[in-house]
Amino acid sequence: MNAMISTATPSTAYNFAYLDEQTKRMIRRAILKAIAIPGYQVPFASREMPMPYGWGTGGVQVTAAILGANDRLKVIDQGADDTTNAVSIRKFFEKTSGVATTTLTADATIIQTRHRIPEKELTETQVLVYQVPIPEPLRFLEPRETETRVMHALEDYGLMHVKLYEDIATHGHIATTYAYPVKVEGRYVMDPSPTPKFDNPKMDDCAALQLFGAGREKRIYAVPPHTSVVSLDFEDHPFEATKFDHACALCAATHTYLDEVITDDAGGRMFVCSDTDHCEERRAEGHRGDLLGEAPAAIAGSAA
Amino acid sequence: MYVAVKGGERAIDNAHRLLATKRRGDPAVPEVAHAQIREQLTLAVDRVMTEGSLYDRDLAALAIKQARGDLVEAAFLVRAFRTTLPRFGASEPVDTGAMQVARRVSAAFKDIPGGQVLGPTFDYTHRLIDFLLEAGADIAEPATAPADDAPMPRVTDLLGNDDLIERNPPGDPDAPVGDLTREPLDLPADRDLRLQNLARGDEGFLLALGYSTQRGFGRTHPFAGEIRLGEVELEFVAEDAGFAVPLGTIELTECQMINQFKGSATEPPRFTRGYGLAFGHCERRTMAMALVDRSLRARELGEEAKAPAQDEEFVLMHSDNVQATGFVEHLKLPHYVDFQAELALIRQMRREIAERQNVAPREQQALPEAAE
Ligand SMILES: [Zn+2]
Repeated sequence: MNAMISTATPSTAYNFAYLDEQTKRMIRRAILKAIAIPGYQVPFASREMPMPYGWGTGGVQVTAAILGANDRLKVIDQGADDTTNAVSIRKFFEKTSGVATTTLTADATIIQTRHRIPEKELTETQVLVYQVPIPEPLRFLEPRETETRVMHALEDYGLMHVKLYEDIATHGHIATTYAYPVKVEGRYVMDPSPTPKFDNPKMDDCAALQLFGAGREKRIYAVPPHTSVVSLDFEDHPFEATKFDHACALCAATHTYLDEVITDDAGGRMFVCSDTDHCEERRAEGHRGDLLGEAPAAIAGSAA
Repeated sequence: MYVAVKGGERAIDNAHRLLATKRRGDPAVPEVAHAQIREQLTLAVDRVMTEGSLYDRDLAALAIKQARGDLVEAAFLVRAFRTTLPRFGASEPVDTGAMQVARRVSAAFKDIPGGQVLGPTFDYTHRLIDFLLEAGADIAEPATAPADDAPMPRVTDLLGNDDLIERNPPGDPDAPVGDLTREPLDLPADRDLRLQNLARGDEGFLLALGYSTQRGFGRTHPFAGEIRLGEVELEFVAEDAGFAVPLGTIELTECQMINQFKGSATEPPRFTRGYGLAFGHCERRTMAMALVDRSLRARELGEEAKAPAQDEEFVLMHSDNVQATGFVEHLKLPHYVDFQAELALIRQMRREIAERQNVAPREQQALPEAAE
């Protein structure tokens, strides 16, 4: 198995986890407020971080603010631990905090993610930190913050329902496949960050604390453990998670989110789990997909 | 314990090594020293200090070197460094009226007390590539004149003495200093925060917005009342000492635009102000900033606000090039999970349409057969 747990020595040039304690306190206050009002976007004084906006500065600041010396951190992008940006963020925390990192979902106390929720059910002892590009679910319906703030205050979400209805009228479907809006604890409509809607059901009644950080937009929001998260839909067009016609070519899973990998220029393609840790764990348990053994090492990893 | 080196990690390390090689360029050519950048690419340094929101010439020069001359990237490096610096407090307001002026021009008056001082400017050069620079020709000593202690009052203050221009609101020494790097920007924003946002905004963005006001998108009838460049003293009130301690001098460019007057049946008309200020020598930026500042005052001055430069939310939310470049360039990051969800839906929708169409042609084919 190529899962790894490693410890690093922190660099002493910067404070633990890069941010100074004053900034961490400011972020923690915003996080506490966000937990107290599930789904509400709390403004915070986001700092310039040493990685670009759009690369996860919000998630990095949230992680830096909650990280303790005994935490075990997992970082994923597109579900995978070895995506370049996940590698870069994991290295950043290894260097600045020296905390142990892991690729094993079950071993992690904090999981920072971009675009996916791990397949394995999360527990009370875990925190899932999402990197969020556009925290405002109404943004593409109304570009002005001054307007959307009022709409949230008045719980005026008619525009969103009109949009979803127009989708059905035009396409026969709600044409939103990721960043699919949800209602949190019956009050705030929230953007789940651009996770595929496949992952939406995992947010509901999730045992782990879910924290969302948007650095450029300077917002933090949260879903406390065991909170109701409902994907918006209509009675005659109920929410449906994306389903795949395939099983994972490596581990034969039929219930996971799959990446499509183009294998040649003649239309050849294979479908493999986006959650690499989950896929590796299944293979270690003896599950074997159709193409296990044939898949290139870059896709299958060393476990193939 | 087995620790695998994964593909992504090795690729990143290799990319960084290649970047360092590319940065260095041909090793047969001497390496540029950051001091050379600091001394010879001063306007680039000034822009990076301003957009990086940190007055440190050496740091900005080093950032330019590290960024391979990409000034937005350099400003980003400076900003990320700035994040880690402790904050002791806010300086006293600088007095640009007491500036040691190196350049000072007014387009509103032919002559002004203290005179027009051209200083180091491209304004009247012919833009002909100077091939002598390539050879490194000696340059003539600059002309000098004895230092003049005569005061150089700001042109806008002269107009203010005649009550011809709106008065700046008096400062409140006890009011907290707004700082959008310490508190998230709340809209609508007061003018101090708007000016801070513009001061560190992208020069190209400010330039285009300012230009648009001159072409009719929110016209403000501006006159360059005064542009001054020079050094000002920076003072800080240390709580222990209880009085202002000089910290040193910084170089600033200030632009005061004089704009169309405003009055009413009871108020005599007065010119209105647009203001620009930047670290170092940044004339284009401060002029554009002053145009945009004035445009953003439309609401306050009871003007119709419908041009982009008058739209506070549009301007303030999109002026920051570190934010903008991050979000635009993040499209390079993998999005294949979301793209896969879109692929699944588009395939399903196409399948459904194909199924509907396959039904229809068969029905049509059935008709001629029936006629036979
Ligand atoms: Zn799998």
